[in-house]
Amino acid sequence: MSEVTEKGRLVSRAMQWIDDRLPITSTFKEHASEYYAPKNFNVWYAMGALALVVLVIQILTGIWLTMAYVPTAEGAFASVEYIMRDIDFGYLIRYIHSTGASAFFVVVYLHMFRGFAYGSYRKPRELLWLIGMAIYLVLMAEGFFGYLLPWGNMSYWGAQVIVSLIGAIPYFGPDLMEWVRGDFVMSGITLNRFFALHVVALPLALVGLVFLHIVALHHVGSSNPDGIEIKASKDENGVPLDGIPFHPYYSTKDFVAIVVFLILFCAVVFYAPEMGGYFIEKPNFEEANPLATPEHIAPVWYYTPFYAMLRAATFPFLGIDAKFWGLIIMAGAILIPAALPWLDRSKVSSMRYKGWFSKIALMNFVVAFLVLGYLGTIPPSPIATATAQIMTLVYFGYFVLMPWYTAIEKTKPAPERVTH
Amino acid sequence: MSEDTVNTNRRYLLLATTGVAAVGAVGAAIPFVQSWQPSARARALGAPIKVNIGKLSPGELLGPLPAWRGQPIFVIKRTPDALAILENELEKLADPNSLDSDQPEYAENLHRSRNPEIGVYLGLCTHLGCSPKYYGAVQPEAFESNWKGGFFCPCHGSKFDLAGRVEKNLPAPTNLTVPPHYYESDTTLVIGLDGQVA
Amino acid sequence: MNIRALRAVRVVAIGVLTLGFGVPILAADSDWIMKPMSPDLDNTASLQRGANLYVNFCLGCHSLEHQRYERTADDLGEIPHELMKANVIFTDQKIGEHMQSSMSKEDAKKWFGAAPPDLTMVTRVRSPEWVYNFLLTFYEDPSRPFGVNNKVFPNVGMPHAMLTLQGIQEEVCFGNRPIDLLDVQPALDQDRVESIKDGGDENCSELSLILGSGMFSNEEYDQAAFDIANFLHYVGDPTRAEREALGKYVIGFLLILLVLAYFLNRNYWTDVKKN
Repeated sequence: MSEVTEKGRLVSRAMQWIDDRLPITSTFKEHASEYYAPKNFNVWYAMGALALVVLVIQILTGIWLTMAYVPTAEGAFASVEYIMRDIDFGYLIRYIHSTGASAFFVVVYLHMFRGFAYGSYRKPRELLWLIGMAIYLVLMAEGFFGYLLPWGNMSYWGAQVIVSLIGAIPYFGPDLMEWVRGDFVMSGITLNRFFALHVVALPLALVGLVFLHIVALHHVGSSNPDGIEIKASKDENGVPLDGIPFHPYYSTKDFVAIVVFLILFCAVVFYAPEMGGYFIEKPNFEEANPLATPEHIAPVWYYTPFYAMLRAATFPFLGIDAKFWGLIIMAGAILIPAALPWLDRSKVSSMRYKGWFSKIALMNFVVAFLVLGYLGTIPPSPIATATAQIMTLVYFGYFVLMPWYTAIEKTKPAPERVTH
Repeated sequence: MSEDTVNTNRRYLLLATTGVAAVGAVGAAIPFVQSWQPSARARALGAPIKVNIGKLSPGELLGPLPAWRGQPIFVIKRTPDALAILENELEKLADPNSLDSDQPEYAENLHRSRNPEIGVYLGLCTHLGCSPKYYGAVQPEAFESNWKGGFFCPCHGSKFDLAGRVEKNLPAPTNLTVPPHYYESDTTLVIGLDGQVA
Repeated sequence: MNIRALRAVRVVAIGVLTLGFGVPILAADSDWIMKPMSPDLDNTASLQRGANLYVNFCLGCHSLEHQRYERTADDLGEIPHELMKANVIFTDQKIGEHMQSSMSKEDAKKWFGAAPPDLTMVTRVRSPEWVYNFLLTFYEDPSRPFGVNNKVFPNVGMPHAMLTLQGIQEEVCFGNRPIDLLDVQPALDQDRVESIKDGGDENCSELSLILGSGMFSNEEYDQAAFDIANFLHYVGDPTRAEREALGKYVIGFLLILLVLAYFLNRNYWTDVKKN
């Protein structure tokens, strides 16, 4: 007995020594054991944790891939096969990384949808939302730069198409395009700089932004499916009545979600790493050939909704040609969710209490996003283009009409306390 | 369910989950650790090579050859005098019978090779891995006035005789390593494989 | 004459025959209905035969530049390395080296107009089924530089490397040929035979083998084409078997962890429900 207390005293003295110099205990309290999260979270609220897990997976496997990857036009393709074949477990590390890229977008899209549905972007979480949007943009760039690195034929031509988009900018577009490539065609020079951005610059930015995202979240507190502020009703100690400590209640709950996620993730990695050509396309098993475009060019699935909107621009309008409109529409579609905090004029946050207009608009938005995503993967045809044009209008309608439909619709009153 | 059962269960569940998760973490580390092993390419580049020793004259050194796993290999042809020297001056050596040194079974002898005339040694000092220099002649050298021929490591001053045996009281702990080798014919030496048992 | 010499003769012969033609290799769409084929990585005998056929008939021009002999030997039923060296490696390459073609890229370009593509991952770019059908559907076409054309790769810029095995196929209109011959066409599966019988003589792009023009029977050649496609399917993704075996353990382990995590979570949340 005395031995136990002796040991215990030693541990607490060591802990005290560290805490005097580094605030470990107080930080843990503030962000875990005494960070109060609403007790009515549902599964949508696990996506953030999953995104963090994927980030760690990508950084780890990415570091390991960098150890054997050769960022030159001559060596890149062969070095990927070297990783796949010659290095022990190289195939596993590579497939985890390629699957992780897609998994990242799956959980991030679900995470964003959660925000759309429960009004997570609303006051006082506008900055939290904007930081999240910045993460999304960096993630898209990260995915794009990384996609060139295997130097397969799809990598090459996919990057060629996206970089050519810059050329649509009037006046200085073509010069800018050349500057981005550092050459007159996509070449080893382009590959080199994309490599540096993919493995050093953007991961740093990503980690920094994720840190800010969490700091901002813990400052304003988590939202919840009822869209009400749990800080409005507190007990005598200042603890929200509907709050429970993040640790252990949500750490254990998120852990369950993480294990479920890993099972699905591993099922793909071990049994369908190409995912029928959606995660790794067939032409990418052929080395980049600057003289032959693959028969059918499509970006990876997570860009296809925006790619479909780009292709939907087929006619000049207001004196601007179709090519530039495509770029404007695509950039607009990616950026417009950032305006949500100022578009939503509803009295309530959560879809549970919003009116029918909001519900229908959100449903339409999801359908448009999925249909556009599909259209982006198939070759263009008149009917596909017409559908894409309609869906582009539906997509933008969700945002542009929001100030109107959220203001006039009849909402249900939100409860005082969370429903659990 | 009473408070107590909940708490006991909780402790066991927590222990079990943490334990299994820790096993998982170790398991997940295996591919990352294992991927640092020499790859199939490294193994292919380090494949055994054949050396023609027909033109090697007594006292001469062939090498360093990038032979065994891409490491520098010395091949020397010893003169009869040199072979005689190997039998004397054993008291100068740290491990005269190569008990603590690394060599194939067939090289566990005085000359530390299959063929007494020919010595095949890994040209990396057993101290910190510098490559020693060959000083084959019996003549005074800057590092030793009474030099009987052998190898001298310029990094930290270790001295080895013509059988790669290290002298006492020097940094290198053991004799030069002998790589696997055998003779395909009188003039063809294969380095990197043990071949048939002689 | 040994195989090595035969092979050298063939490579040189192809080179001489094709010198100066400069045929660009262009992939074109084909509406050939593929004969179904599902690869079988557990069939080691088929993979070994496929490897043997590949090195004899294909490797002369088409390298497998990412695949090592050693791995092939180890993966295809632990073939002893000495045996591999004696029977499969015709060049002075070592067992640990990549399966390179003996023809230099410059020569190839001169002879064929374009270097024959590396086939390490052909089954991943196209499919094992495509390779299988490609091998089945070479036919006589005097308008082509090599005298042959291909149904799944129209205007292919190479000769029929296994002509001596398969024999000569001709393009025919059905109605002009005895229908019972159809039943033994390697390029056709039974469903297709039925549909052709129904179609009568409108269809003029079917293939028919000149009987006795090849060393192999139809069944033998069909098997050979399958074996090569199967082998290339293995080469495209040699770690597949290892990966799928490992996956069972990893997912099994995660399921156990899931059960524990689920009950742990449920236990903690009894606190919250009580409030």
